[in-house]
Amino acid sequence: MVELVARSADLALNEKREGKIMAGYQNIFTKVQVRGPAYAGVPMTGRNDPRAGKPSFSHFFGMIGDAQIGPIYLGWLGVASLICGFIAFEIIGLNMLASVNWNPIQFVRQLPWLALEPPAPSYGLHLPPLAQGGWWIMAGFFLTTAILLWWTRMYRRARALGLGTHVPWAFASAIWLYLVLGFFRPLLMGSWGEAVPFGIFPHLDWTASLSLRYGNLFYCPFHMLSIAFLYGSTLLFAMHGATILAVSRFGGEREIEQVLDRGTAAERAAIFWRWTMGFNATFESLHRWAWWFAVLCPLVGGIGILLTGTVVDNWYLWAVHHGVAPSYPHVTPAVIDPATVGSAP
Amino acid sequence: MSFGIKIGLGLAAVAVVAIAVTTFQLPPAKQIQRGYRGLGMVQVFHPASLEKLQASNVSPKADDPQDPSGQPSSAVYQNVQVLKDVDSNEFLRLMNSVTQWVAPTEGCTYCHDQNDLSSDKLYTKVVARRMFQMVGAINGTWKSHVGTTGVTCYTCHRGNPVPQNIWFNSGRPGEPHGLTQEKLDKNVPSFTAGSTALPSDVLSEFLDRGDEIRVISTTALPTGDRHSIKQTESTYGLMMHISQSLGVNCTYCHNSRSFFDWDQSTPQRSTAWYGIRMVRDLNTHYLDPLAGTFPHNRLGPTGDGPKLDCATCHNGVYKPLFGTSLLKDYPELGPAKEASLTPPAAKPQ
Repeated sequence: MVELVARSADLALNEKREGKIMAGYQNIFTKVQVRGPAYAGVPMTGRNDPRAGKPSFSHFFGMIGDAQIGPIYLGWLGVASLICGFIAFEIIGLNMLASVNWNPIQFVRQLPWLALEPPAPSYGLHLPPLAQGGWWIMAGFFLTTAILLWWTRMYRRARALGLGTHVPWAFASAIWLYLVLGFFRPLLMGSWGEAVPFGIFPHLDWTASLSLRYGNLFYCPFHMLSIAFLYGSTLLFAMHGATILAVSRFGGEREIEQVLDRGTAAERAAIFWRWTMGFNATFESLHRWAWWFAVLCPLVGGIGILLTGTVVDNWYLWAVHHGVAPSYPHVTPAVIDPATVGSAP
Repeated sequence: MSFGIKIGLGLAAVAVVAIAVTTFQLPPAKQIQRGYRGLGMVQVFHPASLEKLQASNVSPKADDPQDPSGQPSSAVYQNVQVLKDVDSNEFLRLMNSVTQWVAPTEGCTYCHDQNDLSSDKLYTKVVARRMFQMVGAINGTWKSHVGTTGVTCYTCHRGNPVPQNIWFNSGRPGEPHGLTQEKLDKNVPSFTAGSTALPSDVLSEFLDRGDEIRVISTTALPTGDRHSIKQTESTYGLMMHISQSLGVNCTYCHNSRSFFDWDQSTPQRSTAWYGIRMVRDLNTHYLDPLAGTFPHNRLGPTGDGPKLDCATCHNGVYKPLFGTSLLKDYPELGPAKEASLTPPAAKPQ
């Protein structure tokens, strides 16, 4: 096997010397675009509308993906989802624009700071007037409807093509986290005011404040798991992408073929990882690893958020109680809470 | 690569370099460890910024001491109410210094009527008298915050008749706004809270009204603590104000693994706790009641008087003027005698 690898490296070197470089995925962009006649897709059956639009080709899209654009299928689910999404987008955007007195220049300048804010906690779960959070509830309703309709559409398109439903279920995991943040947790806390504002910086401030209020979310084990799956996802994606690009010269990008009929590309990739870390995923199992890592990231994260404030009120103290958080020596004189030693003069 | 893409990449590179050159500071930054290793209790200073701060926060030299005349100022000057027990020569020296500290270009007549120096005709003199009482209260009652370093007029004024860092109520929250979302005190660039989108009205909440600052639960499991995320955002805004006013990170006072825990905090957190109470006291007892004394052009949009916050004295430095004590050269500005405290005079007609 060592011989085989060495020979192949010599081969590549010779090719380079002779100026014969094979078309391969060795660049950020796809350098050679193979273009045939436009493909309309498999024939539609049942009650499906036909796909709409005349296909066209884009050289730019061809550099990063498939050059063919369209035809597209929206269906009534897609149309309804886009309408609901547009309504939510307009409610959020116009309220932001109103908050800068309808000044378009200030809207652009201050956009990262602007937000549509959830109602004050004093409203509990009641419906507030439009100006005091009613718009937030309405935007949330339409955005949620749009997302759920889009999920249904994804599920039905997967089924219509005879695919498995892995993509819709992965999407459902992200929707779970979204619903926990804006719906389930506020419901359990009894206040819409607990939910996230629609805004760029404000939703980040909300995130930091949630962690501060509940004694540091880093000590929440579900948050820990979520981070592990998040970073794990990027690591797996990088390892997998790099492996496939590296064996593409042996036809490794034909991954599905290599699953069923393991060729030299799959063997070399497997040997490489066994050499470097003693274990290798297969061309098939790797995709299960990656799918579960990606799906578990928002899934466990959502569990952590749902428990925050409902079941656990201070994650740091919880971690101390369960022996997770260590204590450190003092380097300054002990500090006593001034509020406990009599009030200020 | 096509020509268009090369141009695009070139423009992107120029933009990145421009952002880096105009917003980044040249390394290295200076780090000072202030806690047990591994906890990230580190203060970060940039040498160039620190030099600039040091250049702009220099305490003036005290005027030469005067031989006492043996007579109290009240025996020599008329209408002296606060500093009446001060020796008359010391009093004159202080008046000269205060002019340099507060109104160096305007001179004595910024506060005094030039025909009758004892007259309370100018509002500035009435305000200045109250400010002398305030300085006495800070140096006496609030030693828990200012220690023996104390403050003088210069700590805040820095050669300006009106200190550079003052604030007014914004009058923004709850303002009706047609059918759309009412104007909030948050989700706008808040320079009070370190340019974040956090609540910008935190100074009224915490440094004037005295709202509850503590929002973090003190029990692992829920026991009825109902502090909301929105309240937390207000507290967060106040903390950003303090951080910005003092030019320090969170870890100057807190161990960021557990912000609420006093046992893991630095002694500076205790000093800051008294500082917050001090600013509240000064705003409610000295600054707010002066609203009726100030002319309209000195009032805020809602008709309130100017107020002070952490930046008024600190000016971006962890200790005002890097801890230089000017008070030791002006002992007459020291602890106030309770008897000399009088309420501010009514607005002159």
